[in-house]
Amino acid sequence: MEWIRFHCDNMCGIIGVIDRRRQLMDGSKIKEALASMDERGSGEGAGYVAYGIYPDYKEYYALHVFFDNIREHKVPLDNLLEKWGTIVHDEQIKTYEQPGLRKVHTPWRYFFRPDPNMMPKSTTPEEDIITHLVMKVNSERNGALIFSSGKNLGVFKAAGWPEDVANFYRIQDYQGYLWLAHNRYPTNTSGWWGGAHPFNLLNWSVVHNGEITSYGTNRRYIESYGYKCTMYTDTEVVAYLVDLLVRKHGLSEKMAVRALAPPFWEEIDRMPPKEQELNRAIRLTYGPALMNGPFAICVANENSLVGFTDRIKLRPLVSGESGDRLFISSEEAAIRRIDPDVEHITMPRAGEPIVGKVYS
Amino acid sequence: MSIGSTPLKFKVRIDPERCMNCGRCIENCSYGVYRKEGDDIRINSRNCVACHRCLAFCPRDAIDIEEKPGDYRSHPVWTREVREAVFNQAKTGKIILSGMGNAKPYPIIFDRLVLDACQVTNPSIDPLREPMELRTYLGKKPSSLSLRQMPNGDVELLTKLTPNLQIETPIMIGHMSYGAISLNAQTALAKAVSKIGTFMGTGEGGLHESLYPYQNHMIVQVASGRFGVDINYLERGAAIEIKIGQGAKPGIGGHLPGEKVCADVSCTRMIPEGSDAISPAPHHDIYSIEDLKQLVHSLKEATEWKKPVFVKIAAVHNSAAIAAGIARSGADAVVVDGFRGGSGATPRVFRDHVGIPVEAAVASVDAKLRQQGIRNEVSIIASGGIRESADVAKIICLGADAVYIGTSALVAMGCRVCGTCYRGTCAWGIATQKPELVARLDPETNAVQVENLINGWTLELAELMGAAGINSIESLRGNRDRLRGYMLDEGLLNVLDVKTVGA
Repeated sequence: MEWIRFHCDNMCGIIGVIDRRRQLMDGSKIKEALASMDERGSGEGAGYVAYGIYPDYKEYYALHVFFDNIREHKVPLDNLLEKWGTIVHDEQIKTYEQPGLRKVHTPWRYFFRPDPNMMPKSTTPEEDIITHLVMKVNSERNGALIFSSGKNLGVFKAAGWPEDVANFYRIQDYQGYLWLAHNRYPTNTSGWWGGAHPFNLLNWSVVHNGEITSYGTNRRYIESYGYKCTMYTDTEVVAYLVDLLVRKHGLSEKMAVRALAPPFWEEIDRMPPKEQELNRAIRLTYGPALMNGPFAICVANENSLVGFTDRIKLRPLVSGESGDRLFISSEEAAIRRIDPDVEHITMPRAGEPIVGKVYS
Repeated sequence: MSIGSTPLKFKVRIDPERCMNCGRCIENCSYGVYRKEGDDIRINSRNCVACHRCLAFCPRDAIDIEEKPGDYRSHPVWTREVREAVFNQAKTGKIILSGMGNAKPYPIIFDRLVLDACQVTNPSIDPLREPMELRTYLGKKPSSLSLRQMPNGDVELLTKLTPNLQIETPIMIGHMSYGAISLNAQTALAKAVSKIGTFMGTGEGGLHESLYPYQNHMIVQVASGRFGVDINYLERGAAIEIKIGQGAKPGIGGHLPGEKVCADVSCTRMIPEGSDAISPAPHHDIYSIEDLKQLVHSLKEATEWKKPVFVKIAAVHNSAAIAAGIARSGADAVVVDGFRGGSGATPRVFRDHVGIPVEAAVASVDAKLRQQGIRNEVSIIASGGIRESADVAKIICLGADAVYIGTSALVAMGCRVCGTCYRGTCAWGIATQKPELVARLDPETNAVQVENLINGWTLELAELMGAAGINSIESLRGNRDRLRGYMLDEGLLNVLDVKTVGA
């Protein structure tokens, strides 16, 4: 049982952008945008996730791993992965020394093909193998932490200011059509790389500003479905909840957000009968998934970017558009740093999702 | 009689300076403590049970009741209670009867749990300014929903939900039968729950005709004696509860003494007037969990699958596994009745020594159901020893959906917890069928008092939730992270899945 956890509490800055035509953007602008919200962070954690960065290996799961020590901890992980599938390619993630950032882990990437025969009973064996491996490795805490596990995407994070973390990975060298970034202000365990956002599982990535007061309920609910909360944080639970609701239960992103931040009964009681029935069913079924407390969250997968806040909007969230691009951020200023001419700046109502989807 | 008189339990005194000889104490005492001799009021303290009726009605505060004025020679092992029980049984050779709930000084887990509040890193929510949702649905929930996206953008719900009970506060009133308590007491409770939008249990005593107007707020009970059960009764209830066990007497049946079976009680229970109503220990058609499933299905079939069916068990060592069996029986809720649960009459040895506290039972039931992935199959209703709003908040954090209160609702109607319910001479008109005593309890005013109590607790619960930064009760449910154990041992902390204070 994990007792220690921390939140991205008071401040934290988040920004996300999706290009609906999958036009690639390098990471330089997102770095600038995030750095413009340094006021919201404390220099103890920042991170980025980019979708579309590994076109040559897009068939394989890209596992990003923090090793405490390559000599001691890599071989056991290699062995484990070889047991469950094939390592197509692996290499150290290139990093560049920064004066303000102490390299306490060695980031590594694997391109991995799971063997579906290893989970004969599952209808989604590959995804279930990846989930199982992530939960297993991260809960054993044996000098290796898998912090990114989707296809054609990668998380880059560390303890430091956004610009230092970006320069450490040279984020500008990566080209993605969907980016999420996060600037952290921790209050509990500072300086742990695993605790920086984004959090990722399979193709789901989450950045979060806030504290989930319902974490105890959400965690116990999600763990009864076989997920294990191992990252000492309330944010990872969001990734698992979205995975459960959307991937396993087949809800749309909009309906999943409805379950996580549902309307109040007072509003539901005033809805027309059919809508009332639907919303009541969502609240009854997914009551334990309801997230309480102050939060603004961005969730992404390979096709979409969704932003939403808690039911009484205790954290800021704003969106804007320019052409095929949808931006979601804590602050309008950060969006304008990427595109000064952004249009349709809107502030969503509490619990209302902002959804951006790639054109099909 | 070789045992002779034992020390008085209570010593009643009237201050002659203050007494005005009005005689209200004589009128009000149903235990024969006071009598008039000439102009004087004489006292027989030995009859006193400390129900405080006289004290409450003395206009001059002239009465003073002292507990244990002369005690036995003190001894840490041979306590007063132990010695008196020996005397009692030496005289009678019988099982000792008692009332109310467990009276042993076991530590109370509730009092060693503390709640959380937000500071700085997340804001507390002010229930005066923001919505605070306590609405709860009791019954089976689907584990996932099947939705269809319509071309016009609408979403259609394909999953059919089974009937749930909707309550506006997670506080209900437990099963206290007509017979155990008076019709006026039941009427007061019925009026209160109807007004609030919650429910009460009928107990195993049938449903008196005069309560039909409140039937939409009544949960009808089917217990091992099947007293008062017919199709009319089942159809009138908003839900049906099968009582397997009771926290005050796990493993045994019930006993309503014949003296309490007046004509009206006899009609409602469908038993002869003046006869003892004895419910057997087991249901004679339930000898295994499969049999329970059959009864659940029969009751649902009889009421056209329109009503949730609850199953009540006493909290015992193996409650978690039993609840998992109940969850698979088709039942909609499991009621877990802790060993502090009250009773009108129970053998003292059962009341004080059999069963476990509701806090531990609910925690393990909730955990077991989650482990097995069937938590959504049943709601958990906790009862037995819920004394205040903090207890409600704590037990919900431990995994309960709602609570039943019993004793606290009676206290709201004047009950002084004297524990003499089984004698049928309750001076407050609650646990009695004597018309002159029943008449003392006015359903109207007492309904308001019960309503006030539940409303007061509901307000406090909303404040506690707001302080914890939670605006919907489903986020409190099973949220053990918002509890800390204060001076609880490690084993119990593990069972409760709660950290210690400071951690």
